[in-house]
Amino acid sequence: MLNFKRIPLGAWIGLILTGLLMICALLAPWIAPYGNGEIVGDVWEPMSWTHWLGTDNLGRDLLSRMLYGARITIFISAMATALSFSLGAMLGFMAAVVGGLLDMLMSRIVDLLMAIPTLIFGLVVLSVLPANNLTLILVMGILSSTRVYRLSSAVAADINAMDFVEAARLRGERLGWIIFREILPNALSPLVAELGLRFIFSVLFLSALSYLGLGVQPPEADWGGMVMENKDGIVFGIPAALIPAAAIAALAISVNLVADWVLTRTTSFKGGRD
Amino acid sequence: MAKVQMPPRREMGVLLEIRNLKVEATVYSPGENPRDVTIVDGVSLALKRGKVLGLIGESGAGKSTIGLSSMGYGRGGVRITGGEVLLNGRDILKGGVQGLRRVRGSEVCYVAQSAAAAFNPAHRLMGQVVEAALLHGTATKAEAEKRAVALFTKLRLPDPKSIGYRYPHQVSGGQLQRVMTAMALCSEPDLIVFDEPTTALDVTTQIEVLAAIKDAIRDNGVAALYITHDLAVVTQVSDEIIVLRDGKMVEHGETRQIIEAPRMDYTKALVSVRSIEHEEKEPTPKPLLSVRNVTAAYGGGAVKVLQDVSVDVHSGQTLAVVGESGSGKSTLARVITGLLPPIAGSITFASRTLARRLADRSRDDLRELQMIYQMADVAMNPRQTVGTIIGRPLEFYFGMRGRERDKRVAELLDEIEMGKGFIDRYPAELSGGQKQRVCIARALAAKPKLIICDEVTSALDPLVADGILKLLLRLQKIEDVGYLFITHDLATVKAIADSIAVMYRGEVVRHGSKTQVLTPPFDAYTDLLLSSVPEMEVGWLESAIKGRRMESAGN
Repeated sequence: MLNFKRIPLGAWIGLILTGLLMICALLAPWIAPYGNGEIVGDVWEPMSWTHWLGTDNLGRDLLSRMLYGARITIFISAMATALSFSLGAMLGFMAAVVGGLLDMLMSRIVDLLMAIPTLIFGLVVLSVLPANNLTLILVMGILSSTRVYRLSSAVAADINAMDFVEAARLRGERLGWIIFREILPNALSPLVAELGLRFIFSVLFLSALSYLGLGVQPPEADWGGMVMENKDGIVFGIPAALIPAAAIAALAISVNLVADWVLTRTTSFKGGRD
Repeated sequence: MAKVQMPPRREMGVLLEIRNLKVEATVYSPGENPRDVTIVDGVSLALKRGKVLGLIGESGAGKSTIGLSSMGYGRGGVRITGGEVLLNGRDILKGGVQGLRRVRGSEVCYVAQSAAAAFNPAHRLMGQVVEAALLHGTATKAEAEKRAVALFTKLRLPDPKSIGYRYPHQVSGGQLQRVMTAMALCSEPDLIVFDEPTTALDVTTQIEVLAAIKDAIRDNGVAALYITHDLAVVTQVSDEIIVLRDGKMVEHGETRQIIEAPRMDYTKALVSVRSIEHEEKEPTPKPLLSVRNVTAAYGGGAVKVLQDVSVDVHSGQTLAVVGESGSGKSTLARVITGLLPPIAGSITFASRTLARRLADRSRDDLRELQMIYQMADVAMNPRQTVGTIIGRPLEFYFGMRGRERDKRVAELLDEIEMGKGFIDRYPAELSGGQKQRVCIARALAAKPKLIICDEVTSALDPLVADGILKLLLRLQKIEDVGYLFITHDLATVKAIADSIAVMYRGEVVRHGSKTQVLTPPFDAYTDLLLSSVPEMEVGWLESAIKGRRMESAGN
């Protein structure tokens, strides 16, 4: 089915980088040279053979921190994105297909949620709820599902007006078939494009929350939190803050390269076999 | 050394001469290297001043491409790669962009198929009509506007003095098409290219636009290329006809010769289209579907689209519902299927009274009443294979799974004259006719008693449509299924119907067996409708216009 020769160069770069980051995240406890919170040297040591990426603001090994950070960053962002997509797309499709009062009700609630700036809303909710990773995922997922809801209900409304959906309805099909078999496959392209973006927004949102002290709690840290911890070093010419920042950029680009490639496959009307 | 150029062979009065035209385009299909395809190959033609040449062929035959090449234009990345286009003795392909600009709009003008899409909706009509004349400096604004008003009068537009001050959305489709003809004539060109100017119009409107165009061409002494897929239409307006197929010329001759004594097999097939033999059946004592006094409205009763409509469909027979756009034919289908609950009246189907709303109907009601749509490409989910599309009703209504289902799908594919190889194809991999066949198979899979066919052949080329109609008739014999056939095409009706209902503005004005409906005396509307269907006969247009009793609604 999948022809390796036909994968374009961009997708290869994306796939390899994403794969590498995933492996790092999965194997962090085994490949990291030092512990996550272990202080092993001086503050902000430069790169050396003992500390490949130097040490951070407390003298912890930056490479080990990066590996553990990859784990937590990717895990939380991926879970939040998955939640926002399953929730947002399901409700969005339902609103478009059922229409009427349900659509009205859900859309206005979403409008209400969207009217409040996401970061402020997140801050308020997180400062009330206990600070752990589960609440973080739930809050991030639900907040970004409003965007997915908007997109998917708009896309589904267009598809819902097509004759083949009417034909399915005339056949007597239930809501589940109409949503999952008639609409979802046709709505996949814009959703996949959005997925790549949303994942990266989740990483950034998580970073912002950690920066403000409401995200991942120390001694654990995601990449965004590590940028914050080491930002003061930049003034003294110490690159420790740039390394997690570069990692975020690499993740963002590689995930979107993969998303683009998936997109060209899902837009094909011939099942990707051309 | 200066190249000695042969003086162009000037025949008396030859306006346009196309020699060995070759048009190519580059196709970029995903995953493949771009390749060149030839759209038009070695076509030559000559057109004398004041004459009309008809270009006819199915979609993809290259007729529009040839028409546009006379303006030196290639639409959407299409390139003219060979041949000469001589207009008034000059090769316009060699004149460069500046030369083309001088030619377009002053020597050649173009009338597009969809007037509604071709006018700029933000400008008044008059400004657009006189634009070309002003741009080329052939007239002052006052002169051009005077000429435009004269043309509006000649084209029999209502209120010619003030219609130019309206916006495109304020006039009807038929009127807009005539305004576009006025626009083409306004800069007094030598040649006008008409690209399917009446295809999007109703028959009753088409005949008026056709007559207006014909008069205007004759009185202004311009030459015209008339592009259409409808042989009956082209017969009325042109002096000569060229039949095209796959970018090559099939036959070229005088109109009368092409119609009455075609030489090539393909032309013969085109001329003999719609000669389907179908014997009219007697109505059964008890109708299969009986619609009684149905009234339906949109917008909560505000806009009544059906008023007191009653029709009967008999088992194993075909009822044709005819009428122009806006007459409520498709709404009738929506009411019968339950998509639009009626506000009054009842529907009886197979001795049961059908619930008004789709949601309240039983699964058997849904199964026995199937529907086929006009646009086969949007009636099928582009993400499902043919096997899924046809197999789903089998799963859904009969609980068939796995091998049993696949076997039945193969049988159905066989019935619609398509092979087993199609089972894994996606709709995008099918031709227009094949798509419609798959839709028919999907309807048949449910073992229905009645199929509603909503304009199922009107988006297809004549020969393909012919095949679909024959298939439907054959299937009717095998499966004993009734058809409610919605169409605006009376030729189709005459070919396949057992009984006919004529609709006009939401009411049934005439209903009965085919012979009854098609036998005089007619009511005024049926007469108008019947007399508007173009016939493949030279001189039909003039006699038809003379014999008309009523003006069309102009939709």
